[in-house]
Amino acid sequence: MSENIIEVRNLSKKFRNHHAVKNISFDLKRGEIKGILGANGAGKTTTITMLLGLLTPTSGSIKILSTDISKDRYKILNKINFSSPYVDLPKKLTVRQNLYVYGMLYGIKNINQKIKDVAKELDFTGLLDIKVGELSSGQKTRVSLGKAVINDPEILFLDEPTASLDPDTADRVRTFFEKFCKTHNTAIILASHNMEEVTRLCSSVIMMKDGRITDQGTPNSLLKKYGKKKLEDVFLKIARDKNN
Amino acid sequence: MKSLVRIFALVVRYFYLIKTSFPRILELMYWPTFQMILWGLISKHLTNSNDTIIQIGGVLIAGVLLWDILFRSQLGFSISFLEEIWSRNLGQLFVSPLRPLELVLSLMTISFIRTTIAMIPAALLAIPLYSFSLFQMGLSLMFFFTSLLMTGWILGIFIIAAIIRFGVAAESLAWGAIFTLAPLSAVYYPVETLPEWIRWLSLSFPQTYVFEGMREVLFSNNFNSNYFIKSIILNIIYAIIAVIVFLVSFEGARKRGGLINTGE
Repeated sequence: MSENIIEVRNLSKKFRNHHAVKNISFDLKRGEIKGILGANGAGKTTTITMLLGLLTPTSGSIKILSTDISKDRYKILNKINFSSPYVDLPKKLTVRQNLYVYGMLYGIKNINQKIKDVAKELDFTGLLDIKVGELSSGQKTRVSLGKAVINDPEILFLDEPTASLDPDTADRVRTFFEKFCKTHNTAIILASHNMEEVTRLCSSVIMMKDGRITDQGTPNSLLKKYGKKKLEDVFLKIARDKNN
Repeated sequence: MKSLVRIFALVVRYFYLIKTSFPRILELMYWPTFQMILWGLISKHLTNSNDTIIQIGGVLIAGVLLWDILFRSQLGFSISFLEEIWSRNLGQLFVSPLRPLELVLSLMTISFIRTTIAMIPAALLAIPLYSFSLFQMGLSLMFFFTSLLMTGWILGIFIIAAIIRFGVAAESLAWGAIFTLAPLSAVYYPVETLPEWIRWLSLSFPQTYVFEGMREVLFSNNFNSNYFIKSIILNIIYAIIAVIVFLVSFEGARKRGGLINTGE
Protein backbone atom coordinates (compact mmCIF):
# COMPACT_ATOMS: atom_id res chain seq x y z
CA MET A 1 0.00 0.00 0.00
CA SER A 2 1.42 3.36 -1.05
CA GLU A 3 1.86 6.04 1.64
CA ASN A 4 -0.42 9.05 2.02
CA ILE A 5 1.44 12.17 1.04
CA ILE A 6 -1.51 14.45 1.67
CA GLU A 7 -3.88 14.00 4.61
CA VAL A 8 -6.75 16.48 4.87
CA ARG A 9 -8.95 16.23 7.95
CA ASN A 10 -12.15 18.17 8.70
CA LEU A 11 -11.01 21.14 6.67
CA SER A 12 -13.27 24.21 6.68
CA LYS A 13 -12.99 27.76 5.43
CA LYS A 14 -15.38 30.53 6.29
CA PHE A 15 -15.20 34.04 4.79
CA ARG A 16 -17.36 36.26 7.01
CA ASN A 17 -20.84 34.79 6.41
CA HIS A 18 -19.90 32.54 3.51
CA HIS A 19 -18.85 28.95 4.23
CA ALA A 20 -16.63 28.18 1.20
CA VAL A 21 -15.41 24.76 2.36
CA LYS A 22 -17.25 22.65 4.90
CA ASN A 23 -15.56 19.93 6.89
CA ILE A 24 -13.88 17.99 4.09
CA SER A 25 -11.45 15.08 4.52
CA PHE A 26 -9.45 13.12 1.97
CA ASP A 27 -6.04 11.56 1.32
CA LEU A 28 -3.68 11.51 -1.62
CA LYS A 29 -1.17 8.76 -2.25
CA ARG A 30 2.21 9.00 -3.94
CA GLY A 31 1.82 8.80 -7.72
CA GLU A 32 -1.96 9.18 -7.54
CA ILE A 33 -3.87 11.70 -9.68
CA LYS A 34 -6.96 12.91 -7.87
CA GLY A 35 -9.54 15.05 -9.59
CA ILE A 36 -11.64 17.63 -7.79
CA LEU A 37 -14.88 18.22 -9.61
CA GLY A 38 -17.61 20.69 -8.89
CA ALA A 39 -19.57 23.56 -10.33
CA ASN A 40 -18.31 27.13 -10.04
CA GLY A 41 -18.25 28.14 -6.38
CA ALA A 42 -18.16 24.52 -5.17
CA GLY A 43 -14.94 25.16 -3.21
CA LYS A 44 -12.33 23.56 -5.50
CA THR A 45 -10.01 26.55 -5.80
CA THR A 46 -10.45 27.42 -2.11
CA THR A 47 -9.42 23.85 -1.22
CA ILE A 48 -6.35 23.94 -3.47
CA THR A 49 -5.38 27.39 -2.18
CA MET A 50 -5.49 26.06 1.39
CA LEU A 51 -3.40 23.04 0.40
CA LEU A 52 -0.82 25.41 -1.07
CA GLY A 53 -0.74 27.41 2.17
CA LEU A 54 -1.87 30.62 0.48
CA LEU A 55 -5.06 30.57 2.50
CA THR A 56 -5.37 29.76 6.19
CA PRO A 57 -8.15 27.27 7.03
CA THR A 58 -10.75 28.27 9.59
CA SER A 59 -10.50 24.79 11.09
CA GLY A 60 -9.16 21.34 10.31
CA SER A 61 -5.71 20.10 9.43
CA ILE A 62 -3.56 19.54 6.35
CA LYS A 63 -0.52 17.29 6.39
CA ILE A 64 1.67 17.28 3.30
CA LEU A 65 4.63 14.89 3.17
CA SER A 66 4.07 14.28 6.91
CA THR A 67 4.37 18.02 7.67
CA ASP A 68 1.58 19.99 9.29
CA ILE A 69 1.53 22.97 6.94
CA SER A 70 0.01 25.27 9.54
CA LYS A 71 3.27 24.84 11.49
CA ASP A 72 6.02 24.53 8.89
CA ARG A 73 4.87 25.00 5.31
CA TYR A 74 8.31 26.19 4.17
CA LYS A 75 9.71 22.72 4.81
CA ILE A 76 7.73 21.28 1.90
CA LEU A 77 7.38 24.18 -0.52
CA ASN A 78 10.35 23.11 -2.65
CA LYS A 79 8.67 19.70 -3.12
CA ILE A 80 5.38 20.98 -4.47
CA ASN A 81 4.33 23.30 -7.28
CA PHE A 82 1.22 24.52 -9.00
CA SER A 83 -0.30 26.05 -12.08
CA SER A 84 -3.48 28.08 -12.17
CA PRO A 85 -5.17 30.50 -14.53
CA TYR A 86 -5.69 32.82 -11.53
CA VAL A 87 -1.99 33.67 -11.41
CA ASP A 88 0.45 34.67 -14.13
CA LEU A 89 4.15 34.87 -14.73
CA PRO A 90 5.67 38.36 -15.12
CA LYS A 91 4.73 39.48 -18.62
CA LYS A 92 7.72 41.71 -19.30
CA LEU A 93 10.25 38.96 -18.72
CA THR A 94 11.04 36.37 -21.37
CA VAL A 95 10.06 32.76 -20.82
CA ARG A 96 13.70 31.87 -20.19
CA GLN A 97 14.14 34.69 -17.66
CA ASN A 98 10.98 33.64 -15.81
CA LEU A 99 12.04 30.01 -15.65
CA TYR A 100 15.54 31.04 -14.57
CA VAL A 101 14.17 33.10 -11.68
CA TYR A 102 11.84 30.30 -10.56
CA GLY A 103 14.63 27.76 -11.01
CA MET A 104 16.69 29.78 -8.54
CA LEU A 105 13.78 30.18 -6.13
CA TYR A 106 13.37 26.40 -6.07
CA GLY A 107 17.12 25.85 -5.72
CA ILE A 108 17.51 23.97 -9.00
CA LYS A 109 21.04 22.98 -9.97
CA ASN A 110 22.08 23.37 -13.60
CA ILE A 111 19.09 25.60 -14.32
CA ASN A 112 19.88 26.26 -17.99
CA GLN A 113 19.84 22.55 -18.82
CA LYS A 114 16.64 22.09 -16.82
CA ILE A 115 14.97 24.93 -18.75
CA LYS A 116 15.98 23.29 -22.04
CA ASP A 117 14.60 19.92 -20.90
CA VAL A 118 11.27 21.32 -19.68
CA ALA A 119 10.83 23.46 -22.80
CA LYS A 120 11.51 20.42 -25.00
CA GLU A 121 9.06 18.23 -23.05
CA LEU A 122 6.29 20.84 -23.26
CA ASP A 123 7.20 21.91 -26.78
CA PHE A 124 8.00 25.58 -26.18
CA THR A 125 11.72 25.68 -27.01
CA GLY A 126 11.02 28.22 -29.74
CA LEU A 127 9.34 30.54 -27.23
CA LEU A 128 12.16 30.73 -24.71
CA ASP A 129 13.36 34.19 -25.72
CA ILE A 130 9.92 35.73 -26.18
CA LYS A 131 8.34 37.88 -23.48
CA VAL A 132 5.52 36.11 -21.65
CA GLY A 133 3.20 39.04 -22.37
CA GLU A 134 3.56 38.40 -26.09
CA LEU A 135 2.43 34.76 -25.91
CA SER A 136 -1.01 33.43 -26.77
CA SER A 137 -3.05 32.10 -23.85
CA GLY A 138 -2.32 28.52 -24.91
CA GLN A 139 1.42 29.22 -25.03
CA LYS A 140 1.21 30.92 -21.63
CA THR A 141 -0.48 27.84 -20.20
CA ARG A 142 2.30 25.58 -21.47
CA VAL A 143 4.96 27.89 -20.04
CA SER A 144 3.10 28.02 -16.73
CA LEU A 145 3.09 24.23 -16.69
CA GLY A 146 6.82 24.33 -17.42
CA LYS A 147 7.28 26.48 -14.32
CA ALA A 148 5.10 24.03 -12.39
CA VAL A 149 7.41 21.07 -13.13
CA ILE A 150 10.75 22.89 -13.00
CA ASN A 151 11.49 21.53 -9.51
CA ASP A 152 10.34 17.95 -10.28
CA PRO A 153 7.65 18.28 -7.61
CA GLU A 154 6.48 15.36 -5.52
CA ILE A 155 3.01 16.89 -5.55
CA LEU A 156 1.56 19.04 -8.29
CA PHE A 157 -1.56 21.18 -7.94
CA LEU A 158 -3.26 21.96 -11.22
CA ASP A 159 -6.25 24.23 -11.55
CA GLU A 160 -7.88 23.94 -15.00
CA PRO A 161 -4.53 23.08 -16.65
CA THR A 162 -5.83 22.69 -20.21
CA ALA A 163 -8.62 25.28 -20.12
CA SER A 164 -7.21 27.52 -22.85
CA LEU A 165 -5.56 24.89 -25.02
CA ASP A 166 -6.64 23.59 -28.41
CA PRO A 167 -7.54 19.86 -28.48
CA ASP A 168 -4.19 18.81 -29.97
CA THR A 169 -2.10 20.73 -27.42
CA ALA A 170 -4.41 19.70 -24.57
CA ASP A 171 -3.89 16.06 -25.54
CA ARG A 172 -0.11 16.53 -25.62
CA VAL A 173 -0.22 18.14 -22.18
CA ARG A 174 -2.28 15.28 -20.76
CA THR A 175 0.16 12.79 -22.25
CA PHE A 176 2.99 14.81 -20.67
CA PHE A 177 1.37 14.57 -17.24
CA GLU A 178 0.73 10.85 -17.57
CA LYS A 179 4.39 10.32 -18.43
CA PHE A 180 5.62 12.79 -15.81
CA CYS A 181 3.66 11.09 -13.03
CA LYS A 182 4.98 7.69 -13.99
CA THR A 183 8.62 8.72 -14.32
CA HIS A 184 8.70 10.96 -11.22
CA ASN A 185 6.06 9.17 -9.14
CA THR A 186 4.46 12.59 -8.70
CA ALA A 187 0.99 12.92 -7.22
CA ILE A 188 -1.40 15.42 -8.76
CA ILE A 189 -4.44 17.22 -7.47
CA LEU A 190 -6.38 18.37 -10.49
CA ALA A 191 -9.32 20.76 -10.39
CA SER A 192 -11.08 20.67 -13.71
CA HIS A 193 -14.36 21.06 -15.52
CA ASN A 194 -13.15 18.86 -18.35
CA MET A 195 -14.72 15.45 -17.68
CA GLU A 196 -12.80 13.78 -20.49
CA GLU A 197 -9.58 14.96 -18.93
CA VAL A 198 -10.57 13.79 -15.46
CA THR A 199 -11.69 10.38 -16.77
CA ARG A 200 -8.43 9.95 -18.63
CA LEU A 201 -5.98 11.17 -16.00
CA CYS A 202 -7.51 10.61 -12.59
CA SER A 203 -7.40 7.42 -10.60
CA SER A 204 -9.81 8.91 -8.07
CA VAL A 205 -12.30 11.76 -8.02
CA ILE A 206 -13.74 14.05 -5.36
CA MET A 207 -17.13 15.58 -6.15
CA MET A 208 -17.75 18.91 -4.43
CA LYS A 209 -20.89 20.97 -4.09
CA ASP A 210 -21.45 24.06 -1.94
CA GLY A 211 -18.15 23.51 -0.14
CA ARG A 212 -18.85 19.89 0.80
CA ILE A 213 -17.62 16.58 -0.61
CA THR A 214 -20.74 14.93 -1.89
CA ASP A 215 -19.03 11.79 -3.14
CA GLN A 216 -15.63 10.33 -3.92
CA GLY A 217 -14.16 7.25 -5.53
CA THR A 218 -12.64 5.99 -8.74
CA PRO A 219 -14.25 7.25 -11.96
CA ASN A 220 -15.53 3.72 -12.65
CA SER A 221 -17.00 3.27 -9.18
CA LEU A 222 -18.86 6.59 -9.52
CA LEU A 223 -20.19 5.67 -12.94
CA LYS A 224 -21.41 2.37 -11.54
CA LYS A 225 -22.91 3.92 -8.43
CA TYR A 226 -24.92 6.52 -10.35
CA GLY A 227 -25.73 4.21 -13.26
CA LYS A 228 -24.24 6.57 -15.82
CA LYS A 229 -21.98 6.06 -18.81
CA LYS A 230 -20.08 9.32 -18.64
CA LEU A 231 -18.56 11.21 -15.72
CA GLU A 232 -20.23 14.36 -17.03
CA ASP A 233 -23.62 12.80 -16.33
CA VAL A 234 -22.54 11.95 -12.79
CA PHE A 235 -21.36 15.56 -12.40
CA LEU A 236 -24.69 16.92 -13.66
CA LYS A 237 -26.68 14.60 -11.45
CA ILE A 238 -24.79 15.67 -8.35
CA ALA A 239 -24.78 19.36 -9.31
CA ARG A 240 -28.52 19.42 -9.93
CA ASP A 241 -29.65 17.08 -7.18
CA LYS A 242 -31.28 19.22 -4.50
CA ASN A 243 -30.79 16.50 -1.86
CA ASN A 244 -27.00 16.72 -2.16
CA MET B 1 22.83 30.14 1.72
CA LYS B 2 19.56 28.95 0.12
CA SER B 3 17.94 32.08 1.49
CA LEU B 4 20.57 34.26 -0.22
CA VAL B 5 19.98 32.46 -3.52
CA ARG B 6 16.24 33.17 -3.28
CA ILE B 7 16.88 36.84 -2.48
CA PHE B 8 19.29 37.00 -5.41
CA ALA B 9 16.69 35.31 -7.65
CA LEU B 10 14.23 38.12 -7.03
CA VAL B 11 16.88 40.79 -7.46
CA VAL B 12 17.67 39.20 -10.83
CA ARG B 13 13.94 39.25 -11.64
CA TYR B 14 13.69 43.00 -10.94
CA PHE B 15 16.98 43.69 -12.68
CA TYR B 16 15.72 41.94 -15.84
CA LEU B 17 12.79 44.31 -15.72
CA ILE B 18 14.95 47.42 -15.52
CA LYS B 19 17.54 46.15 -18.01
CA THR B 20 15.10 45.29 -20.76
CA SER B 21 13.23 48.59 -20.67
CA PHE B 22 15.00 51.79 -21.74
CA PRO B 23 12.00 53.99 -20.74
CA ARG B 24 12.26 52.58 -17.22
CA ILE B 25 15.93 53.52 -16.94
CA LEU B 26 15.18 56.95 -18.38
CA GLU B 27 12.26 57.43 -15.98
CA LEU B 28 14.51 56.51 -13.06
CA MET B 29 16.99 59.27 -13.95
CA TYR B 30 14.58 61.85 -15.32
CA TRP B 31 12.86 63.19 -12.19
CA PRO B 32 15.90 63.59 -9.92
CA THR B 33 17.73 65.36 -12.74
CA PHE B 34 14.72 67.54 -13.56
CA GLN B 35 14.27 68.48 -9.89
CA MET B 36 17.93 69.27 -9.51
CA ILE B 37 17.94 71.54 -12.59
CA LEU B 38 14.79 73.34 -11.47
CA TRP B 39 15.94 73.94 -7.91
CA GLY B 40 19.41 74.77 -9.13
CA LEU B 41 17.98 77.59 -11.26
CA ILE B 42 15.88 78.87 -8.36
CA SER B 43 18.84 78.89 -6.01
CA LYS B 44 21.04 80.54 -8.67
CA HIS B 45 18.46 83.30 -8.98
CA LEU B 46 18.45 83.77 -5.21
CA THR B 47 22.23 83.80 -5.10
CA ASN B 48 22.44 86.44 -7.82
CA SER B 49 19.92 88.59 -5.98
CA ASN B 50 21.66 88.71 -2.65
CA ASP B 51 25.25 87.82 -1.80
CA THR B 52 24.45 87.19 1.86
CA ILE B 53 22.50 84.07 1.04
CA ILE B 54 25.08 82.59 -1.28
CA GLN B 55 25.19 79.33 0.69
CA ILE B 56 21.48 78.81 0.39
CA GLY B 57 21.89 77.71 -3.21
CA GLY B 58 23.95 74.71 -2.20
CA VAL B 59 21.61 73.93 0.69
CA LEU B 60 18.58 73.91 -1.58
CA ILE B 61 20.23 71.67 -4.17
CA ALA B 62 21.54 69.35 -1.45
CA GLY B 63 18.04 69.27 0.09
CA VAL B 64 16.49 68.39 -3.26
CA LEU B 65 19.01 65.65 -3.96
CA LEU B 66 18.87 64.13 -0.47
CA TRP B 67 15.06 64.27 -0.42
CA ASP B 68 15.08 62.48 -3.75
CA ILE B 69 17.28 59.73 -2.28
CA LEU B 70 14.54 59.14 0.30
CA PHE B 71 11.77 59.33 -2.30
CA ARG B 72 13.57 57.08 -4.83
CA SER B 73 14.42 54.54 -2.14
CA GLN B 74 10.78 54.30 -1.06
CA LEU B 75 9.50 54.35 -4.63
CA GLY B 76 12.01 51.71 -5.83
CA PHE B 77 10.93 49.45 -3.00
CA SER B 78 7.17 49.93 -3.45
CA ILE B 79 7.12 49.88 -7.27
CA SER B 80 9.10 46.65 -7.42
CA PHE B 81 6.49 45.08 -5.16
CA LEU B 82 3.68 46.55 -7.25
CA GLU B 83 5.21 44.85 -10.30
CA GLU B 84 4.28 41.54 -8.64
CA ILE B 85 0.73 42.73 -8.07
CA TRP B 86 0.32 44.09 -11.60
CA SER B 87 1.66 40.88 -13.12
CA ARG B 88 -0.50 38.71 -10.80
CA ASN B 89 2.65 36.92 -9.73
CA LEU B 90 2.27 37.11 -5.96
CA GLY B 91 0.55 33.72 -5.71
CA GLN B 92 3.33 32.04 -7.71
CA LEU B 93 5.99 33.61 -5.48
CA PHE B 94 4.45 32.56 -2.20
CA VAL B 95 3.93 28.98 -3.33
CA SER B 96 7.66 28.83 -4.02
CA PRO B 97 10.01 28.45 -1.02
CA LEU B 98 10.36 32.25 -0.83
CA ARG B 99 9.81 33.67 2.69
CA PRO B 100 8.08 37.03 3.17
CA LEU B 101 11.19 38.56 4.74
CA GLU B 102 13.31 37.37 1.81
CA LEU B 103 10.96 39.32 -0.46
CA VAL B 104 11.52 42.39 1.73
CA LEU B 105 15.31 41.96 1.58
CA SER B 106 15.25 41.61 -2.20
CA LEU B 107 13.10 44.75 -2.48
CA MET B 108 15.66 46.60 -0.33
CA THR B 109 18.48 45.47 -2.62
CA ILE B 110 16.73 46.50 -5.81
CA SER B 111 15.68 49.78 -4.20
CA PHE B 112 19.37 50.50 -3.50
CA ILE B 113 20.24 49.73 -7.15
CA ARG B 114 17.39 51.87 -8.51
CA THR B 115 18.20 54.78 -6.18
CA THR B 116 21.85 54.70 -7.20
CA ILE B 117 20.94 54.65 -10.92
CA ALA B 118 18.53 57.54 -10.33
CA MET B 119 20.75 59.78 -8.23
CA ILE B 120 24.21 59.54 -9.76
CA PRO B 121 23.42 61.40 -13.02
CA ALA B 122 21.64 64.20 -11.13
CA ALA B 123 24.45 64.55 -8.61
CA LEU B 124 27.10 64.56 -11.36
CA LEU B 125 25.20 67.08 -13.50
CA ALA B 126 24.96 69.51 -10.58
CA ILE B 127 28.77 69.91 -10.67
CA PRO B 128 29.12 71.52 -14.14
CA LEU B 129 25.73 73.23 -14.05
CA TYR B 130 25.87 74.90 -10.65
CA SER B 131 29.39 74.28 -9.37
CA PHE B 132 27.82 72.30 -6.55
CA SER B 133 29.12 68.86 -5.70
CA LEU B 134 27.06 66.71 -3.38
CA PHE B 135 30.22 64.66 -3.01
CA GLN B 136 31.91 67.57 -1.20
CA MET B 137 30.05 66.32 1.86
CA GLY B 138 32.47 63.38 1.71
CA LEU B 139 31.97 60.60 4.22
CA SER B 140 28.98 62.36 5.76
CA LEU B 141 27.18 61.91 2.43
CA MET B 142 27.60 58.14 2.84
CA PHE B 143 26.01 58.34 6.30
CA PHE B 144 23.15 60.51 5.02
CA PHE B 145 22.62 58.23 2.03
CA THR B 146 22.50 55.12 4.26
CA SER B 147 20.04 56.65 6.69
CA LEU B 148 17.72 58.00 3.98
CA LEU B 149 17.86 54.69 2.12
CA MET B 150 16.77 52.92 5.32
CA THR B 151 13.94 55.39 5.92
CA GLY B 152 12.77 54.85 2.32
CA TRP B 153 12.72 51.09 2.85
CA ILE B 154 10.75 51.46 6.08
CA LEU B 155 8.14 53.63 4.36
CA GLY B 156 8.10 51.06 1.55
CA ILE B 157 7.43 48.23 4.00
CA PHE B 158 4.49 50.16 5.51
CA ILE B 159 3.16 50.84 2.02
CA ILE B 160 3.35 47.23 0.81
CA ALA B 161 1.73 46.14 4.08
CA ALA B 162 -1.14 48.52 3.25
CA ILE B 163 -1.33 47.17 -0.32
CA ILE B 164 -1.46 43.58 0.96
CA ARG B 165 -4.15 44.62 3.44
CA PHE B 166 -6.30 46.89 1.24
CA GLY B 167 -5.41 45.67 -2.25
CA VAL B 168 -4.45 47.72 -5.30
CA ALA B 169 -6.68 50.56 -4.09
CA ALA B 170 -3.77 51.46 -1.81
CA GLU B 171 -1.18 51.62 -4.59
CA SER B 172 -1.37 55.43 -4.85
CA LEU B 173 0.36 55.51 -1.45
CA ALA B 174 3.54 54.50 -3.29
CA TRP B 175 3.60 57.88 -5.05
CA GLY B 176 1.88 60.18 -2.59
CA ALA B 177 2.38 59.08 1.01
CA ILE B 178 5.91 60.40 1.36
CA PHE B 179 4.92 63.97 0.45
CA THR B 180 2.72 64.23 3.53
CA LEU B 181 5.96 63.91 5.51
CA ALA B 182 7.87 66.54 3.51
CA PRO B 183 6.70 69.66 5.40
CA LEU B 184 7.66 68.03 8.70
CA SER B 185 11.01 66.64 7.57
CA ALA B 186 12.91 69.95 7.65
CA VAL B 187 14.19 69.38 4.11
CA TYR B 188 14.70 73.03 3.10
CA TYR B 189 14.47 74.78 6.46
CA PRO B 190 15.51 74.01 10.06
CA VAL B 191 13.15 72.39 12.54
CA GLU B 192 13.00 75.71 14.43
CA THR B 193 11.03 77.16 11.50
CA LEU B 194 8.12 74.86 12.33
CA PRO B 195 5.54 75.92 14.94
CA GLU B 196 6.74 74.88 18.37
CA TRP B 197 3.78 72.61 19.10
CA ILE B 198 4.58 70.32 16.15
CA ARG B 199 8.38 70.13 16.40
CA TRP B 200 8.22 66.96 18.46
CA LEU B 201 6.60 65.23 15.50
CA SER B 202 9.30 66.43 13.14
CA LEU B 203 11.96 65.24 15.58
CA SER B 204 10.37 61.78 15.70
CA PHE B 205 11.28 61.23 12.02
CA PRO B 206 14.73 59.84 11.17
CA GLN B 207 15.04 61.95 8.00
CA THR B 208 14.75 65.22 9.96
CA TYR B 209 18.16 64.58 11.56
CA VAL B 210 19.71 63.91 8.16
CA PHE B 211 18.57 67.28 6.81
CA GLU B 212 19.63 69.08 9.99
CA GLY B 213 23.00 67.34 9.72
CA MET B 214 23.27 68.25 6.04
CA ARG B 215 22.84 71.95 6.82
CA GLU B 216 25.48 71.78 9.53
CA VAL B 217 27.94 70.19 7.11
CA LEU B 218 27.27 72.79 4.41
CA PHE B 219 27.22 75.83 6.71
CA SER B 220 29.88 74.85 9.27
CA ASN B 221 31.72 72.02 7.52
CA ASN B 222 31.03 69.97 10.63
CA PHE B 223 29.57 66.47 10.66
CA ASN B 224 27.46 66.12 13.80
CA SER B 225 27.48 62.40 14.60
CA ASN B 226 24.63 62.90 17.12
CA TYR B 227 22.27 63.60 14.26
CA PHE B 228 23.37 60.46 12.47
CA ILE B 229 23.08 58.26 15.58
CA LYS B 230 19.58 59.58 16.38
CA SER B 231 18.54 59.01 12.80
CA ILE B 232 19.80 55.42 12.78
CA ILE B 233 18.22 54.60 16.18
CA LEU B 234 14.85 55.91 14.95
CA ASN B 235 15.26 53.92 11.74
CA ILE B 236 15.86 50.73 13.70
CA ILE B 237 12.78 51.32 15.88
CA TYR B 238 10.58 52.06 12.87
CA ALA B 239 12.05 49.10 10.96
CA ILE B 240 11.01 46.71 13.75
CA ILE B 241 7.49 48.18 13.78
CA ALA B 242 7.28 48.08 9.97
CA VAL B 243 8.32 44.42 9.78
CA ILE B 244 5.75 43.48 12.45
CA VAL B 245 3.02 45.38 10.58
CA PHE B 246 4.07 43.70 7.31
CA LEU B 247 4.00 40.19 8.82
CA VAL B 248 0.61 40.82 10.45
CA SER B 249 -0.71 42.12 7.13
CA PHE B 250 0.73 39.08 5.31
CA GLU B 251 -0.93 36.65 7.73
CA GLY B 252 -4.17 38.62 7.40
CA ALA B 253 -3.97 38.21 3.62
CA ARG B 254 -3.53 34.46 4.06
CA LYS B 255 -6.72 34.42 6.11
CA ARG B 256 -8.68 36.43 3.55
CA GLY B 257 -7.20 34.84 0.43
CA GLY B 258 -5.61 38.13 -0.55
CA LEU B 259 -2.34 36.62 -1.77
CA ILE B 260 -4.00 34.97 -4.73
CA ASN B 261 -6.66 37.56 -5.49
CA THR B 262 -4.66 40.79 -5.21
CA GLY B 263 -4.23 42.41 -8.59
CA GLU B 264 -7.31 40.94 -10.19
